[in-house]
Amino acid sequence: MITADLMAILPELFLACAAIALLMLGVFRGNGSTQLVSSLSVMALVVTFALILLPARPESSPFDGLLTIDGFGDFMKLLVMIGTGVSIIISQRFIQREDMARFEFPVLMLFATVGMMAMISANDLIALYMGLELQSLSLYVVAAFRRDNLRSSEAGLKYFVLGALSSGMLLYGSSMIYGFTGTTNFDGIARVFEIDGGVSIGLIVGLVFLCAGLAFKVSAVPFHMWTPDVYEGAPTPVTAFFATAPKIAAMALFIRVLIEPFGGLFDQWQQIVVAVSIGSMVLGAFAAINQTNIKRLMAYSSIGHIGYALIGLASGTEGGISGIAIYLTIYIFMNLGTFACILCMRQKDRMVEGIDDLKGLSKTNPMMALVLAIFMFSMAGIPPLAGFFGKLYIFLAAIDAQLYTLAVIGVLTSVVGAFYYLRIIKLMYFDEPSEAFDTPIGSEMKAVLVITGVFTLLFFVVPGPVVESAAAAAATLFPG
Amino acid sequence: MTDQILSIVTFLPLVGVFFILVFIRGDEEAVARNARYTALWTSLVTFAVSLALWFGFERGTPEFQFVEEYEWIPSLGLTYRMGVDGISVLFVLLSTLLTPLCILASWDSVKTRVREYMVAFLALETLMVGMFCALDFMLFYVFFEGVLIPMFLIIGIWGGARRVYAAFKFFLYTLLGSVLMLLAIMAIYFQTGTMDIVTLVSDAQIPGNMQLWLWLAFFASFAVKVPMWPVHTWLPDAHVEAPTAGSVILAGVLLKMGAYGFLRFSLPIMPEASAYFTPLVFTLSVIAVIYTSLVALAQEDMKKLIAYSSVAHMGFVTIGIFTMNQQGIEGAIFQMLSHGIVSGALFLCVGVIYDRMHTREIDRYGGLVERMPAYSVIFIIFTLASVGLPGTGGFVGEFLILVGAFQANTWVALLAASGMVLGAAYMLYLYRRVIFGRLTKEDLKAILDMNLREKVVFAPLVVIVLWMGIYPVSFLDVMSASVSNLIENYNQTLAASDGVSLASLWSGN
Repeated sequence: MITADLMAILPELFLACAAIALLMLGVFRGNGSTQLVSSLSVMALVVTFALILLPARPESSPFDGLLTIDGFGDFMKLLVMIGTGVSIIISQRFIQREDMARFEFPVLMLFATVGMMAMISANDLIALYMGLELQSLSLYVVAAFRRDNLRSSEAGLKYFVLGALSSGMLLYGSSMIYGFTGTTNFDGIARVFEIDGGVSIGLIVGLVFLCAGLAFKVSAVPFHMWTPDVYEGAPTPVTAFFATAPKIAAMALFIRVLIEPFGGLFDQWQQIVVAVSIGSMVLGAFAAINQTNIKRLMAYSSIGHIGYALIGLASGTEGGISGIAIYLTIYIFMNLGTFACILCMRQKDRMVEGIDDLKGLSKTNPMMALVLAIFMFSMAGIPPLAGFFGKLYIFLAAIDAQLYTLAVIGVLTSVVGAFYYLRIIKLMYFDEPSEAFDTPIGSEMKAVLVITGVFTLLFFVVPGPVVESAAAAAATLFPG
Repeated sequence: MTDQILSIVTFLPLVGVFFILVFIRGDEEAVARNARYTALWTSLVTFAVSLALWFGFERGTPEFQFVEEYEWIPSLGLTYRMGVDGISVLFVLLSTLLTPLCILASWDSVKTRVREYMVAFLALETLMVGMFCALDFMLFYVFFEGVLIPMFLIIGIWGGARRVYAAFKFFLYTLLGSVLMLLAIMAIYFQTGTMDIVTLVSDAQIPGNMQLWLWLAFFASFAVKVPMWPVHTWLPDAHVEAPTAGSVILAGVLLKMGAYGFLRFSLPIMPEASAYFTPLVFTLSVIAVIYTSLVALAQEDMKKLIAYSSVAHMGFVTIGIFTMNQQGIEGAIFQMLSHGIVSGALFLCVGVIYDRMHTREIDRYGGLVERMPAYSVIFIIFTLASVGLPGTGGFVGEFLILVGAFQANTWVALLAASGMVLGAAYMLYLYRRVIFGRLTKEDLKAILDMNLREKVVFAPLVVIVLWMGIYPVSFLDVMSASVSNLIENYNQTLAASDGVSLASLWSGN
C-alpha cells in the first residue's frame, strides 16, 4: 500500500530528495558551487519533468485521499517545471553579476516547486495548506534574496506580511468549511452538496474566505496590491519566476478547489469569480498605462492576464478549464521570453528597468526588438500570434456559458491593454535610439529567446498538441 | 499545382520574406538594393501566379472555386479552408496587382530600413490575399486582424510627422471593432456548430433576434474598416501620415475589407437584420457622401483631400451593397475595384510630387503643367476617373449604384447623386490648384517630370481604369453569378421570415 502511494508521488518525492541533496552539496562545497548547484537543479527539474511525463501514471488518490494524481495536475506540473527551469537558467548570469550567487537560490526555487506540486495535487484542505506554505515561505526568501538591497528586502517583507494575512484568511475559511462539513477531504466536501440542505451560510462564508486567500495568491483584484511592489523590488529573475510558476500553481489550485469540492456551489462562487475577473481585467488594462518601470508594467499585465484566465473558470465548463490550460501554457512562454528580454536590458554593466530605455531598440539590437515585439503583439492578443489563441479559447468558453457581458468587457479591456503593449513597440520601432544595451547577452539567453519567440510566433501552425493535451487534462477534472 | 493555387498565391510572399531575412547580408547599401529586388520579384511572381485565377476561374457559377481544405484545429472544427467565388477573386487580383506597384513606388522614396519595409509589405500581401480567400470564419479573422501588425509598423516607422498618433489611432480603432466581431463569430459558432463560411452563407439559420446583436457586432468591425461616418476619423490621419505605398494599400485594399465583410457575412448570414438595419446604413452612407465631400473641398493637404474622397466613395459602396439588387451590388463591387485602382493611383500621384518637393500642401504647388506634362496627363486621367467620367472605371460603378439605389429608395439615390457633383467639385478644384495657373513659385521651376520607373508604375493602372470604363463586362461577368446567387438566397430567407423588431433586442432572447 505504502509503496503504491510512494510510487504515485514519485516525481514530487524525487524533486524533494534532489533539493535536499543539492542543499547538502552546497553546504559542503560553499558558495563556489552555485554554478554547479544551479545546473544540477535544472537537471533535477528535467528528470522530474520526464518522471511526470514518461510512465503514464494511473489516476489515484494516494495517502487516503490526501493528494490526487490526475491528468489536470500533471499538465499544470509540467508548466510549473518549465517555469522554474527556465527561471533558473536565465538567472545564472544575473546572480553572478549582481553578487547574489549563493547556492541557496536555486535550492529555494526547487523547494518552492515541490510546494507547488503539492498544491496542484492537493485533495484535502490540510494538504492544500501544507503545499501553499512550503511554496510561500520559499518565495518570501527569494524575494528578499538581495538582502543588502533596500528594495529587495522591502519586497520580501511586504510579500511576507501580506502573504501571511492571506494565509490567515485561507485558514479561517478552511476551518469554517471543516466546521460546517465535518471533513477536510475534497471528496467528502463534494458529497455534502449531494444531500439536500447541505449548503449552509457558514459554508458559503468559509468558501468566500478561501477564495480571498486564493485570489491573493493569483494576484487577482482586489488582492493584487502586493504584485507591483514585489515585482519591482524583487531581483528580476525572481520576478520572472513569480510571474510564471507560482501563478500557474495557484491558478491550478483555485480551479481544483472550486470545481471539485465546491462544484455544487457553482452559482455562488461564479459571482465571485466574475467580479474578480472583471476587476482584474479592468485594473490590469488601465493601471498599466502610466507605468514607467517595465517590471511594474509586467505586474499589471499579469494581473490582467489572470483576469482573462478567470473568465474560463467563471464559465465552470470543461471547455473553460481547457481554455485556461491553453491560456496559461501560452502565458508562461510569453512571460519567460519577455523577462529574458528584460534581463538583457543592461547599459554600461548596470541593469536598467525604465520602459524608455527600450527606445530605438530595433536599431541597436534588431533581433531582441523583434522577439520582444512578437511577445507584445501576442500579449495584446493579435492574431496570428499565440496570445490570440489563448484569448480565443477563453472567450469561446465564456460565450458558450452565455457570459456575454463578461466576454464583452473582456474584449474591450483587451483593446485598452493593447495600448500599452503597443507603446513598447512604439518605443522600440518608432523612436530614435538612446543608448544601446550591452552585448553579448549570452548563449543561454539567446536560446530562451529563440525558443519562446518561435513558440509564440508559430503556435498557430500546429496548435494541435497543446490544445489536445489541455483538453485531455481538463477532462480529468470532470468525471463522467 | 492548380489544386493549391490559392495557398501558393497567399504564401509566396512569405517565401520572399524568408529570403530577405535569411540570405541578405552585407553593407547597408547592398542590403537595401537586394531587398528591393527580392521583394519586387517575389510580388511580380505572385501576381503572375495569381493571373491563373483570372484565366482559370469559371464564369457563370456561384460556386467557390480552387477550394482547398486541411485540418487545422479539429477539436473546434476549424479547418484551413481556402476558396474564391466571383466576389472575392477580383479582390485577390487587386491585392496582388497593387503590391508590386507599391514596392516599385517606394523604390527611391524609402531610404531607411529598406529590408524591414519590404518584409512588412510582403507579409501584408500574404495577410490580404489570405483574408479574401479564407473560407473558415476563424481563419478569416486571423488574416483580417493580422493585417493590423504590418500596417501599424508601416505607418509608425516610415510615416510622416504625426505618425505615432496615426498608427495608434488606426490600430486601436480597428481592433475595437474587430474584437466585437470575434465574439459574434463565436456566438455564430455555438448557434450553428460550424465555422465553415460556405455552409453559413447558404444556410445559416440564426434566429432573428440574435441576428440583430450579431449584425451590430459585425457592423462595429466593418463600419470602422470601410470606414463609415462617424467612425471614419482614423482614415484621414492614417492616410496623411502613412508613406505613399502605405496609403495606396490602405485605400486600395484595406478599406475594401469592410465592404467585403458586409457582402460576405452580414448579408447572407444575417439577412433579416440586414434588411432591418438598411435605413441606418443608408443614412450613414448619405451623410458620408455629402459631409465628407464638403470636408474634402476645404482641405489644404492633398493626401487628406483624397482620404476624405475615399470616405465619400466608400459611402457609395455601402449604399450599393444594401440596395440588395443586382445593379446595386454589382456596382458596389465594381466601384470598390475601380476605387482601389483610382485612389491608389491618386495617392501615387501625390507621392510623385511629394518625393520631389517634400510637401503635400496644395498652396505650395501650381502651374506644374509647364514643367511636368506627362504627370499632368496621368493626374487628369485619374482625377476624371475619380469624378466618374464616362469611359473610366469610376463611372460604371457609380452609375450602377445609382441605378440600384433608385429602385431601393429614390431619396437616397437623389442625395447620393448630389455627392457626385461635389466629387467633381473638389477633384477638379484640386487639379486646378496644383497643375494649372502660372508657375510662379521659385522652388518649382526646376522640378522634373516623371522618370521611367514612375511611368511604369502608372501604365498598368491607366490601362485597367480605361478597360474598366470601356468594357466593364469582363469584370461584371466574373461576379454576376455570385451576386445573383447572393440576392436570391437573401430574398428567399426574407420571404420565409416574419421580420424582427428592435424591441426584441431587449426581450431577453
